[in-house]
Amino acid sequence: MEEVDVEPAITNIPAASAGTHLGFAWGPGDILVYETLYKASGAIGSGCPCIHEVRKDEDIYSPILRKLFNESHHIFVGLQTIGEDLPSKNKKPQFVSISKNYRSVIRACMEELQQVAVSSKVADVATQYGNQVSILLAIELIWNLCEVLFIDAAPAGSLLLHLLDWVRLHKADVDEKAREVLQSESPAEHHDYWNVVVSYVLQGRLEEARQMLVKQATLQPAARSMYKLMDTLLSKMPFYNPGGTQTLTEFDVKWRHWHEEVDRCLQDNSFASNKHLEVICKILVGDEDTLLEHKDLLSTWYHFLVTRLLFCHPTVKPTELHYYAQSCLTMFLDSRSVPEPLDSILLAAFEFDIHQVIKDCSIALNNWWFVAHLTDLLDHCKLLQSHNLHFGSNLREFLLLEYASGLFTHHSLWQLAVDYFDHCPEFGRVYLELQIERVPLDTERKALKVLRICEQRQMSEQVRSICKIMAMRALRNNRLGSALSWSIRAKDAAFATLISEKFLQDYCARGTFSDLDLIDNLGPAMLLSDRLTFLGKYREFHKLYGEKRSGEAAKLLLSLMTAKIAPRSFWMTLLTDALPLLEQKEVIFSADQTHELMFCLEELTSLNTTAPGADGPMQDEDTELTKVELLRLALARNLARAIVKEGTVEA
Amino acid sequence: CANGFADEYVSQKISKTRWRPVSHSSLQQPDIFATGSWDNEDNKISFWSIGNNGTTGMDDGFEGDPQLLCEHKHDGDVLDLQFLDQDRIVTASSTGAVTIFRHHQNSQTISVSQSWARAHRYPCDNAPCTGVVCSSPEIVTVGEDGRIIVFRADQEGVVRVIENADSSTIHAVTYLRTSEILTVNSIGQLKLFDFRQQSNSPSQILSLSGDRVPLHCVDRHPNQQHIVATGGQDGMLCVWDVRQGNTPFSLMEAHSAEMWEVHFHPSNPDHLFTCSEDGSLLHWETSSPSDMPSFLQGGRNNSMISRSAMAPAGGNQSLINAWLSGDSSKGRLETTHMLPSQTLSVNSLDVLGQCLVCGTDGEAIFVNRQVPV
Repeated sequence: MEEVDVEPAITNIPAASAGTHLGFAWGPGDILVYETLYKASGAIGSGCPCIHEVRKDEDIYSPILRKLFNESHHIFVGLQTIGEDLPSKNKKPQFVSISKNYRSVIRACMEELQQVAVSSKVADVATQYGNQVSILLAIELIWNLCEVLFIDAAPAGSLLLHLLDWVRLHKADVDEKAREVLQSESPAEHHDYWNVVVSYVLQGRLEEARQMLVKQATLQPAARSMYKLMDTLLSKMPFYNPGGTQTLTEFDVKWRHWHEEVDRCLQDNSFASNKHLEVICKILVGDEDTLLEHKDLLSTWYHFLVTRLLFCHPTVKPTELHYYAQSCLTMFLDSRSVPEPLDSILLAAFEFDIHQVIKDCSIALNNWWFVAHLTDLLDHCKLLQSHNLHFGSNLREFLLLEYASGLFTHHSLWQLAVDYFDHCPEFGRVYLELQIERVPLDTERKALKVLRICEQRQMSEQVRSICKIMAMRALRNNRLGSALSWSIRAKDAAFATLISEKFLQDYCARGTFSDLDLIDNLGPAMLLSDRLTFLGKYREFHKLYGEKRSGEAAKLLLSLMTAKIAPRSFWMTLLTDALPLLEQKEVIFSADQTHELMFCLEELTSLNTTAPGADGPMQDEDTELTKVELLRLALARNLARAIVKEGTVEA
Repeated sequence: CANGFADEYVSQKISKTRWRPVSHSSLQQPDIFATGSWDNEDNKISFWSIGNNGTTGMDDGFEGDPQLLCEHKHDGDVLDLQFLDQDRIVTASSTGAVTIFRHHQNSQTISVSQSWARAHRYPCDNAPCTGVVCSSPEIVTVGEDGRIIVFRADQEGVVRVIENADSSTIHAVTYLRTSEILTVNSIGQLKLFDFRQQSNSPSQILSLSGDRVPLHCVDRHPNQQHIVATGGQDGMLCVWDVRQGNTPFSLMEAHSAEMWEVHFHPSNPDHLFTCSEDGSLLHWETSSPSDMPSFLQGGRNNSMISRSAMAPAGGNQSLINAWLSGDSSKGRLETTHMLPSQTLSVNSLDVLGQCLVCGTDGEAIFVNRQVPV
């Protein structure tokens, strides 16, 4: 057994009394727990009739998060069908756009949750939603970083710009504070004014910083030259332009020039009289201590990292990131605080250790959604080395299978899971076959949908099984037409035979057919089973007889017996049906036909005598014997008349 | 969203969507629709608004996002839903119950106005009620138990029951005339029932010769009472003339899976809409040719009609309905896919005026306010 990465979480079962021994059973997505009678000491416990269900993943039952699952399913399916014929370098923008789609879905969900959390009056609900919001925030943060580092894979130069965007996106409170300051009467005297300016500088938003500083400059005309100098420095800071003609080296040279100029200003004490401007100057030069003094404005170590890179090493290469990341993390967190799971995940990302990122996320989150989708996207970008896990499938497939299996336990989201299984080439089909049979079928409509899924994937076993369940249910409720319709769908001859038997028994018992609308309109379905064909034809015989088309009726009746379509047990009934035809004034059966009828009768009676233990009370035997005698008499008489008729020469 | 559709994910699989009827006198576009959900532990009916009125000349499309007005719990899947009048809807439930809900516009609440539990039933089991149609105050429902039941709103009991109307499941029902209904069942038959007659047997049975493909939906032409369109398990669209005997006039391959709903456009019946399990929504448009007056159209000579279509008896009809000619090779029948991309099954659609709403198993509602009709 492998070693455990983290301590397993302990869940208390509040309803179970303390000290009882609990038994459990695993379910597909949850555990059923019950109290046993066993007690450690003393008499046997009283026991409790309750079963507790412990569920790990509450998320799929949250109505707002459901939108996330549905929308991401749509994106997932779209991703799988991206053309294979495009060369990889053309696909990158598509992958980036898909990644952005996923992220916008997460954001939309987050905003909705936030609105509900804020407007909710119940404290528990508000906290729960608040927690979900923070989890989604973290997820989006990680995803965004993965998009920047792995999918977009920006080279040095652009890398920093992307990282700046990343940080700016996740630090929205600067804009809020700025708005507050600007809307006040005298922005330059607002207590948060300098915080806003410094925050802008820390995020590299120098234009906005300059605009803010202008307000201060107008208030202090005496220090105008200082403000002018700061303004110049801020405006001259070079930013790399990936689309431009300037190469990275040229940019580097320019940047160093600028850096030296700022340093000179610092050494000259040009800003000594204004401590705020001095701070800004130190930040511009990349002084770590100054940066660390503004921990509250930076609030996270990764902000610190990006700011530091911006002002110390803007041409950082992707491979160098992890040195800086590790050192920033250590510097930012003092000895008291412990790195959180989120920090180690981000660090693993900076180290380009994709597998570690996925592994840590799998542990930290209680739902496979994030890792499954992210891994799938990374796999499409061909970033995952294919190393097989112990159980034979690769990482992407493993995660997708886990996620989809979780979805299948949901009463409604199981339909989404089907598409996920479809795109797991090795084990998807097997999983689907096992799971789809367990979907409860309350209505015909649901059964039809499940059937369509099975038929589209040629799962004939499951089709047969589902149709049989529905047909049995219909039969139990005496819906013979529905039962037949299901057996036609499954091409289940055996069941069609069963249904026909039921009809025939009904007829024998009551003397008339029920459900004529069905039998009269069987159409080609008749051919599904011999018994069914017989039923259709027998009914046709009755119709012909009713329409007085005796000749055709007679022929049909005979063919039913001679062509062996009729079951042996029914022959007596058929022969009895022939009686009125035999007794008619007009001769209907020809001599040959009569001979055949007699042959059938003999076959029937000889069988009956050879079969020993012919049961039934004496009365039945008597009626049987009488019937046979009557038949023999009628047949003989008919034969006589037929011979005469056929022998007569027409005058 | 592409193609003029606004979409909204609603966290429940939608089984039915219906526009609230607009009064004929006003030229307003519909603005409120009702939906029913299925396959949830707690199903719901909901009313939504797209805030249509008075927004002419503004930027259409993206403003049309549906807003939830109110919702109410529903026992069992909503298998069918119809507006009885401006404020009331009737639902058919998978528990066999038929319920009337009232939408109180002022307070935006919903209350149960009347309910017939277990209207459709088996002796020892629930039988889902699969279809409902109403012509206020009369309500007709059909179910998996093969019964047809007639109710009257505001009346407690049942007005009439046709027991054993069918030995298989009746999937849908529609009015042909005020006292005549047409049902379709799972062995591919259309049955006409005339309520003026005492007997419980159908006055006419039509079916496709050949396979007994279950039929799932039916809709009558708004102006011509003898023309109906049906759709079934194999995704074929059939147009029938019920006076003309036993075979449909035209058969068109529409979808690759079950067709769940078919609707003629109520004011522009040259347009037809179908939706299916295969995730597509098709808009069919037929037009009479401008070069030749339609009453001079004679026999069949074209490829669209795949089997058993017949010429109309004699040339007596002065106007042959464009649907019955089904002649696509001359460009008279156009089909367009309306939804932007493949989705899970589109379970339901409704069209009124220029607005179309549909609901899917992907838990999304799509609204289009600029349907080209």
